[in-house]
Amino acid sequence: MKTMVHKSNRSFHRLIFGMKFTDGLFYKLILYGLLIVIGFVYLYPLLHMLTYSFKSLQDLLDPTINVLPSSLYLDNYVNAFQVLEYGPLLLQTLTVTLVPAVLQTSVASLIGYGFARFQFPFKKIWFALLLATYMIPPQVTMIPRYVLFFNLGILETVFSIIIPAMFGQGIASAIFVLIFYQFYLMIPKALDEAAQIDGATRWNIYTKVAIPLSLPSYLTAFLFSFVWYWNETYIMRLFLGNGGETLLIRLYNFVSAYNAILGGGNDYANEAIRMAATLLIIAPLVVAYFILQRLFIEGIDRSGITGE
Amino acid sequence: MKPQLEKKPKTIKTLFTKKINQLTNRQREGLTGYAFISIWLVGFLFLTMIPLIESFIYSLNRITIVGGEGIRLTMVGFANYVTLFTSDLTFLSRLQDFVLEMILFVPVMNILAIMIAILLNRQFRFRGFFRAIFFLPVIITSGPVIAELLRQGAGTIPSIAESGFLDVLEDLLPPFLNAPVQSLFSQIIFMLWFSGVQVVLYLAGLQKLDQSMYEAAQIDGANVWESFWKITLPSLKPMIVVSSIYTIVTLATFANNPIIVWISNVMFNPNFGYGYAAALAWVYFLVIALMLMVTTRLVSPKEASYQVVKELEKFKR
Repeated sequence: MKTMVHKSNRSFHRLIFGMKFTDGLFYKLILYGLLIVIGFVYLYPLLHMLTYSFKSLQDLLDPTINVLPSSLYLDNYVNAFQVLEYGPLLLQTLTVTLVPAVLQTSVASLIGYGFARFQFPFKKIWFALLLATYMIPPQVTMIPRYVLFFNLGILETVFSIIIPAMFGQGIASAIFVLIFYQFYLMIPKALDEAAQIDGATRWNIYTKVAIPLSLPSYLTAFLFSFVWYWNETYIMRLFLGNGGETLLIRLYNFVSAYNAILGGGNDYANEAIRMAATLLIIAPLVVAYFILQRLFIEGIDRSGITGE
Repeated sequence: MKPQLEKKPKTIKTLFTKKINQLTNRQREGLTGYAFISIWLVGFLFLTMIPLIESFIYSLNRITIVGGEGIRLTMVGFANYVTLFTSDLTFLSRLQDFVLEMILFVPVMNILAIMIAILLNRQFRFRGFFRAIFFLPVIITSGPVIAELLRQGAGTIPSIAESGFLDVLEDLLPPFLNAPVQSLFSQIIFMLWFSGVQVVLYLAGLQKLDQSMYEAAQIDGANVWESFWKITLPSLKPMIVVSSIYTIVTLATFANNPIIVWISNVMFNPNFGYGYAAALAWVYFLVIALMLMVTTRLVSPKEASYQVVKELEKFKR
């Protein structure tokens, strides 16, 4: 009898704690518990936005309605869509985000290749300076750039955003150069030598060998570059001024835009409408993220195969 | 006359090719390298180096905007800096808050990131899903979005505020630590939101670790706790340096940062102007640089400089 109890105790113990600690039920419970709690904390602001955005004015005022709205009230989205002028502003936002992102990514690849593949005098100094540019807060160089762009006559045009990106001085350009630099260091030199024997020039090697191999890096760099340009409001507001408004600048001025477009009166930009607007603005990024996320993982796998 | 005209470009071209052919292999490689980075060199010179010097010159001047014509400089020496340190209480108090906040935030965020990375490095189902969630905020954090959420009070978990936990803390802590610690707890979600990149950095570091090291340690009788302190943490050191630098720079340049807001207010304020804003920006820049230096020193007193040297050694090959 005693041994039987002991035995069942042991098998129970084994079920809970496993043979090794890491395959027991107890361990799994803790692991998933932690993951779910932390995941919830991460998602809490988003869930808050989502539930709030469906609340009507009555729901907002009603103290009995706490978390979930009484019905799916879609007018917030309609109003927010209208105030944001979503269609035209989305187009405008895309021109000042996609174009700099593409340029920045391609230029970063070029510069990264230069640093990774060639020996030249003062290389160390240049590389150290490149890394240092990441640490300079944009506020230091902003004012002289502002004056420079004013003198060139490109202030309040798209070019004031595009030109820094084109010369590798855009938002966090140094990081993108570093991404490509690290990647190109990994490509074996034997590939270059083989191409060189076949008569390829340095430029040919770059376009025919290096670029195809580094497509995953292009994808990562582009995704980040795009997102950071999309989320940038400070530089955009300063340099674009009246020359262009992005969706995020409109969100920044949402209340005044609301009053201008939908008029004051009883109607005001309540929290629910602002949450709907915020969600509308992050929606394209979230969609792009979930699509590219998969591509991104596939890209990593692919580079694992080719990376020998 | 005509044949001469046609001849001239030809001679230049042959001269040029001759010159190219005379170069040694090494010189040619150097030229190609410079060709590849030339676009960065131009950009660095005109969009970063010269503006950096110019902004220092601006900070020594009082700047007035002449309608439509640009700006006029009036040399005032270090007057802007004197005003800044003697009478700009807004800037000084915000700077103090910022430094205290950094001292708390950077370690806390890094510890959280290491913990989450260790969690994600385990084997379990839906790993990709959880990783996607933890990384999602990197995509959506921007000034206006954060401002909207903070206005809603969505930046904190309601139960922390309701539990009276913060009141207890207020009684226990010395006054100067109160504000930063309060903001630490009221912004816990945003600290998590801002640590997505750090989590990925640590995850990459963890995945590079050799599992056999842990097995060897286990055979020698080390438990999980000991192998964390003796193996995991030391090998993550370079990641800690990088991630701390990233954290400081991101938080320092974030658009909602009170100091950044103050600098841009000052810039368009006729009483202060560009010159004063430039002085503020320079002081801020130096404070950040100092913080980065202290952090790298603290995390790895010897390794920090060693790491940089090793990174640069790669160039020699």
